[in-house]
Amino acid sequence: MPTAQRILSDIYRDSVALMRLSADLADLPGVTQASAIMATEANIRLLFEAGLIEQMSGAAPSDLLIAIEGEDEGSVAAALDRAEALLNNAPPQATGGPDEIRAPRSMEMALDGFPDADLALISCPGEYAAAEATKAVRLGLDVMIFSDNVAIAEELALKQLAAKTDRLVMGPDCGSAIINGVPLGFANVVAPGDIGIVAASGTGLQQVSCLIDHLGRGVSQAIGTGGRDLNAMIDGATMLQGLNILADDEQTAVIVLISKPPAAEVAARIQARAAGCGKPVVISFLGSDAGAPQSGNISIAKTLEQAAHMAVDLSKGVDPSGRMLPRHGLGAPEIRDLISTLSDGQQYMRGLYSGGTFSYEAMLLLEKDIGAVNSPSPIKAKNKLNDIWSSTGNTVLDLGDDQFTRGRPHPMIDHRLRNDRILQEARDPETAVILLDVVIGHGSHPAPAEAMAAAINSAREAANEIGHHPIFITFVCGTKADPQNLVRQQDALRRAGAVVVENNAQAARLAGDIISGL
Amino acid sequence: MYGKPPQSLNVINVGVGSFADVINSAGGQAVNVDWRPPAGGDAKAARALAGLVNDPAIDQANRTALEKFLSAKPVLEGVERAGDVIPGMGERTILHSGPPVDWQDVCGPVSGAVIGAVMFEGWARDRDAAAALLRHGEVTIEPCHHHSTVGPMAGITSPSMPVWVVSNATGGNKAFANLNEGLGKVLRFGANSPEVIDRLQWMATTLASVLAAALAASDGIDIRTIMAQALYMGDEVHNRNAAATGLLFKQLVSHALRSGLPVEDIAQAMEFIAGNDHFFLNVSMAACKSMLDAAHGVPGSTMVTAMARNGVEFGIRVSGCGDQWFTTSAPVVDGLYFPSYSMADAAPDLGDSAITETAGLGGFAMAASPAIVQFVGGTPADAIARSREMQAITIGRNNALTIPALDFAGTASGIDVRKVVDTGILPIINTGIAHKEAGIGQIGAGITRAPMACFTKAILSLFETHSGSPA
Repeated sequence: MPTAQRILSDIYRDSVALMRLSADLADLPGVTQASAIMATEANIRLLFEAGLIEQMSGAAPSDLLIAIEGEDEGSVAAALDRAEALLNNAPPQATGGPDEIRAPRSMEMALDGFPDADLALISCPGEYAAAEATKAVRLGLDVMIFSDNVAIAEELALKQLAAKTDRLVMGPDCGSAIINGVPLGFANVVAPGDIGIVAASGTGLQQVSCLIDHLGRGVSQAIGTGGRDLNAMIDGATMLQGLNILADDEQTAVIVLISKPPAAEVAARIQARAAGCGKPVVISFLGSDAGAPQSGNISIAKTLEQAAHMAVDLSKGVDPSGRMLPRHGLGAPEIRDLISTLSDGQQYMRGLYSGGTFSYEAMLLLEKDIGAVNSPSPIKAKNKLNDIWSSTGNTVLDLGDDQFTRGRPHPMIDHRLRNDRILQEARDPETAVILLDVVIGHGSHPAPAEAMAAAINSAREAANEIGHHPIFITFVCGTKADPQNLVRQQDALRRAGAVVVENNAQAARLAGDIISGL
Repeated sequence: MYGKPPQSLNVINVGVGSFADVINSAGGQAVNVDWRPPAGGDAKAARALAGLVNDPAIDQANRTALEKFLSAKPVLEGVERAGDVIPGMGERTILHSGPPVDWQDVCGPVSGAVIGAVMFEGWARDRDAAAALLRHGEVTIEPCHHHSTVGPMAGITSPSMPVWVVSNATGGNKAFANLNEGLGKVLRFGANSPEVIDRLQWMATTLASVLAAALAASDGIDIRTIMAQALYMGDEVHNRNAAATGLLFKQLVSHALRSGLPVEDIAQAMEFIAGNDHFFLNVSMAACKSMLDAAHGVPGSTMVTAMARNGVEFGIRVSGCGDQWFTTSAPVVDGLYFPSYSMADAAPDLGDSAITETAGLGGFAMAASPAIVQFVGGTPADAIARSREMQAITIGRNNALTIPALDFAGTASGIDVRKVVDTGILPIINTGIAHKEAGIGQIGAGITRAPMACFTKAILSLFETHSGSPA
């Protein structure tokens, strides 16, 4: 099929804008593949791999490159023209207020016109993110780095620089935070309250803050640290600083710390600091072999759900240690009814996640009920799924992982990758349960459950062709105040015939109960 | 950041623009940076830059350098024989514009002009003999900038040519520039026919003696005052010098008449000045050079003290980087061409005249010169926008040189390498365009930008030097 490329010099658009443009171009008639990228070496390599480009010289990293594959030359040329027209018509990114003639071109320029700035939110490509963050710290700002692909040595240098001037560096790869009630990056609209969160996981932060809201309490600050903060090299720099901030914060009565298992010495240091912070602290280091559920001011939570419940109990002055949480809200007869719809040979669960921490937590919970599950990033190396494009046995995927998202939008923004996989799993005669997370809030897809309902319906039709009826288990991470509205999203999923539970832990336990009940 | 009332957070957003919308709708305040990769996408230079932003030692060094520039007071003292006054200029030396270049690499106009200068000096009888001398290294060619000198286009200055002597009354340093020959077949565009050489001889004798006598009778002419007036009269003192030439003429004419020289000589000299609206350009350049040399050599300063082109390379010098040049290929200017010429005929960017932009004039002062905007395409509104834009990459303003259309704001002064690399806003330059072949002359004019690569190289060098010293 014919391909063609066009270079537009010195036009910069951020990756999200380019992904949207790529998606629009791919929808044009006669176009089979389309990609608009900033022409960095890494991006050009992706186009090679996608077969969109054979060789390319003359494009600089500051150039915008459009590559189109189509059924005929005419469609390809039309798509290139369309791309250029869309880029030229795009409104300027923003203005700096009514008095500004033009938008500032650098952080320093922005600060000249906005001297009261507190924080820089950085989501530029990763290779430039550390430099932007360094500037921000040197200019006296706190920083949230949404970007990923920042070298760990750069993260360390940045956090050391920030420590010297007592600046906070959230990230890199910090997807979510709520500061003074203002959502940053991907975040939900949660009630204000007295529970402070420090999280090394964006979806972990979103899940716990949403459940706190759902349970009738609220959040003072939710500080993200980035996914690598608790490894030995970074030594929990941001989590320790966040803990100190919340310990000193008058609005905060209870503190929640969330992470995947940290390096042992880092965990010990954080626990020691938490023990001396003078406020009740809930620690949820998923999958770590924590000791007693409670000692002194520290409560240990095994799941994100439990962390939220413990924090809410502590905020209400209730002892959290005795509380029993429902497994998933479904009784034995209901589970039997679900199982009765399955045919012979339908025996495995397939978790298709958009949130990395959700997939990890699900694997931990499923391991206890149905044994280890396969995954491209499993808990134990022996369960590694080598071909990520084909599930085997019980399988859990994090579709937001780099392996899946290279050159594509994240599944929280664009559902096509996940919809294709839902269809593929439904056609697999061994699939009994398809487990799906839906994350709403600022930054996410504007109507994710509606989009997913359509995918569930076509997957069900495909399964019906082989006489099968897979069970869809879903949950929505969000709040009623989110732009997408929690209840509306849940209703859309129910109308599509999915089982809707309250949170990830419930979803994983229900999937486990169905598979082990076969 | 913390301890503020709920729903208050002020954010500078770099990257995904929609994150700012969320913040604004949730009660916070966010400003989007119109971001693009710094340093033209060179991640290493972007990191080096980050290490230099908001550095107190650099900021202090830049304030010092800028103050030396602003307080410089260029005074036109005289006209002298180049070989007698230009420091370090040997008797067999020819100076050229831009960064250093080897004889075998020079562009067409420079080649023609150097050969013309050799014949003017009488070192060779014809072009072939002149070329042979140069090929055998019997004549040295060196940058004007290495000798406190500047020259437009080819910038060719040989020992017997007359030069303007401009003295900085505050700093004591001097700067020099050759005299402007006018338009048409002229040495600075590479022409070297007998009429060109004859004119140079006349300039070295009759014109030089009239100007020298007139200036000797004056107390020295304050050039900054002429430039300040000219900015109010439609000049930007680079590509438009009509007003400034008239102002200079007014100051010279009575002194010349009283000099006692033959009236016919004086009349010829005055006619020559009156017939060339660019006559002031070389004075303007020498004045800018004297102001910028005053600011050169401040350790740690990231202020640009020269931008210059030799028709092959574009180069910049930086106050805190000593004698280093940071160079890259000179661009061919995408300007307006005279009928029958196009970019294919053009020599790459040429001349020391970007010293005016380095000093905040020329393209930086476009807002003062609506006429030239029309000449090079664009509207007066574009001119004002361009002058405003330059404020974003400079350290301060020159309140001695103000622009009415900018509410009498001082010209943007002291280009900061860091700000250029950070914002991607490249210094704007008004320029004439030379034909790539020697002697054909000017074929167009346009607005161009200094290339990013010079600034990227400077940032890497500054970072290397700076990271060795306490921050």
